[in-house]
Amino acid sequence: LSRIGDELYLEPTEKGLSLRAVNSSRSAFASFLFAPLFFQLYEPGGPAPDTDYFRCKVHMKSFLGVFRSLPTLEKSVGKCLILLKPRTSRLVLQLHCKYGVTKTHNLAFQECERLQAVFDTQRCSNCLCAPARVLADAVVHFPPTLAEVTLGAGPGGKISLRNYVEDEAEPSKTMVTELWLAEDEFQSVTVSPGSSITFCLKEFRGLLTFAEASNLLLTIHFDEPGRPVVFTLDDTVLEVHLVLATLSDLESSSLPPTTNGVSHLPTPADDLADDLESYMVALETSTCGGASGGPPSPTFPLRAPRSDPEEQEDEEDEDGAVPGTPPHKKFRSLFFGSVLTPGRPGLAPTQEVLAEDSDGEC
Amino acid sequence: MPFSAPPPASGEPYVLSASLDNARHLSSLLRAVHFQDHATCFATASGLRVTVEDAKCIQANAFIQAEIFQEFAVQEESVMFRINLSVLLDCLTIFGTSSLPGTSTALRMCYRGYGYPLMLFLEEGGVVTVCKINTQEPEELLDFDFCSTKVVNKIILQSEGLREAFAELDMTSEVLQITMSPDKPYFRLSTFGNAGSAHLDYPRDSDLMEAFHCNQTQTNRYKISLLKPSTKALALSCKVSIRTDAQGFLSLQYMIRNEDGQICFVEYYCCPDENVTEAEL
Repeated sequence: LSRIGDELYLEPTEKGLSLRAVNSSRSAFASFLFAPLFFQLYEPGGPAPDTDYFRCKVHMKSFLGVFRSLPTLEKSVGKCLILLKPRTSRLVLQLHCKYGVTKTHNLAFQECERLQAVFDTQRCSNCLCAPARVLADAVVHFPPTLAEVTLGAGPGGKISLRNYVEDEAEPSKTMVTELWLAEDEFQSVTVSPGSSITFCLKEFRGLLTFAEASNLLLTIHFDEPGRPVVFTLDDTVLEVHLVLATLSDLESSSLPPTTNGVSHLPTPADDLADDLESYMVALETSTCGGASGGPPSPTFPLRAPRSDPEEQEDEEDEDGAVPGTPPHKKFRSLFFGSVLTPGRPGLAPTQEVLAEDSDGEC
Repeated sequence: MPFSAPPPASGEPYVLSASLDNARHLSSLLRAVHFQDHATCFATASGLRVTVEDAKCIQANAFIQAEIFQEFAVQEESVMFRINLSVLLDCLTIFGTSSLPGTSTALRMCYRGYGYPLMLFLEEGGVVTVCKINTQEPEELLDFDFCSTKVVNKIILQSEGLREAFAELDMTSEVLQITMSPDKPYFRLSTFGNAGSAHLDYPRDSDLMEAFHCNQTQTNRYKISLLKPSTKALALSCKVSIRTDAQGFLSLQYMIRNEDGQICFVEYYCCPDENVTEAEL
């Protein structure tokens, strides 16, 4: 989770304790749901039966600091007690160690709104399932600094992984790595041939490290380019979701018309002259190029040209939040059901969202 | 193997001369107190004491008794000089710091007296290095006036239990708060950093606790930056005694066993932090 965001969201629910994180550009979201059975004791609510479960967020670094040295933890810590104390605004983490020693950490937290990315695995037409090791072994071939990777379905049921190269990159200076995985390496493959998505590798690698260590099966749900890709890990006591925004495909003819009447090319940020210039070039030449130079990390455009009216509202709320973000790539944002900072006009819980969070499997 | 130094030209004997088969017996102890560039060396017939101080608040002493040396002779009642400890350590470890089994650096140390440099002869595998380190006027050392009769609380812990705790101290906290009490929490180390507060509790009946003599509940705070260097001494030691007096002065005594099984001591004295604010629990 620390590979994704700087803040850790803790949400106790009756289904278990959920730990979540989102990145600053809102293009990556992950949640780890630990079922009550995972714990020796799990008491999510306060004494009153109808009170809402308390949610909070803490600085990732502060939380990680408690569990600093894994080998030492394994050797010397017997059990860990986590207490949420709203009255003193403290998250208490108490480690019971060898020799009767007790380590108590009182972390400051902030109250927060529910953090939930909107996605629906049922709506994804493509689904892959494989032991995490297969994909971990595959991504090892890509340089550690590589930002994005393209996953595609090829002929004969083969799955390809290829590093994503920006269109304006010089052909003579770029190295392309492509590798193909046979269908039998996967536990199940349900893909439409020719489908492909491009997503950020950094967060994916983080998940793979966890999945490999826990020896779990990884399921990948994806749809068309631009719609988020959902990675899931399932276990009897743990449910993990990683939702990443994917690069939208400009040449796709299945784009619905935009609501604001602008052309099918996604609009770059209004406040970047560089983007405007390349946007004009793109309009003239009608090629899929247009991304301006800048940091390669995916951020989402301030306006989503293919958004439906409900989504548009979400986007407008985000506009105010990240005015200075240079949305250099065409990554779509993930639509969040609720806004994070209290005090902002939060979206009503009954608001119609495009897609509910669902536990649907492939 | 020890070898004799060339006789001084004027025939006058060295005020201090010592031989040590394994220079590591000295260098590792000196490293445990090396948190400032300069140290004061004080030699008597009983042995060598090296003192390092900082901020007029903290003092560390490394004791290497005469018995550790193969030869140790002090001609006057006591010999004292100030020396650059960083340079001294660099010379003592001139053949490298990695300890291959079977190899060790032999040391001969000679000092002619006030105004003369400290001479070091180091030999390993037939190669000899001669070092001359300038000495300086010794400065007045702090006297914490810490004696056993004034001790209010004392515990002796196995170092193993504290090592990890000290290594992982939250350095964003300005102070390390030490609570010693005949009642719960018995012995507690607390920090108050950016992330929040952290408390490390050691119960009196813990296996790590070798001795527990607490008469009064005391809570004292010490500047964490001053105490952090003591982690080195803790890492080397097998046992540590923690004592406080009525004024809150802290004495940490580390028992260190060297490669040959000989015992040496390092102690740290620290005065409590003046800026006392309401302790956060």
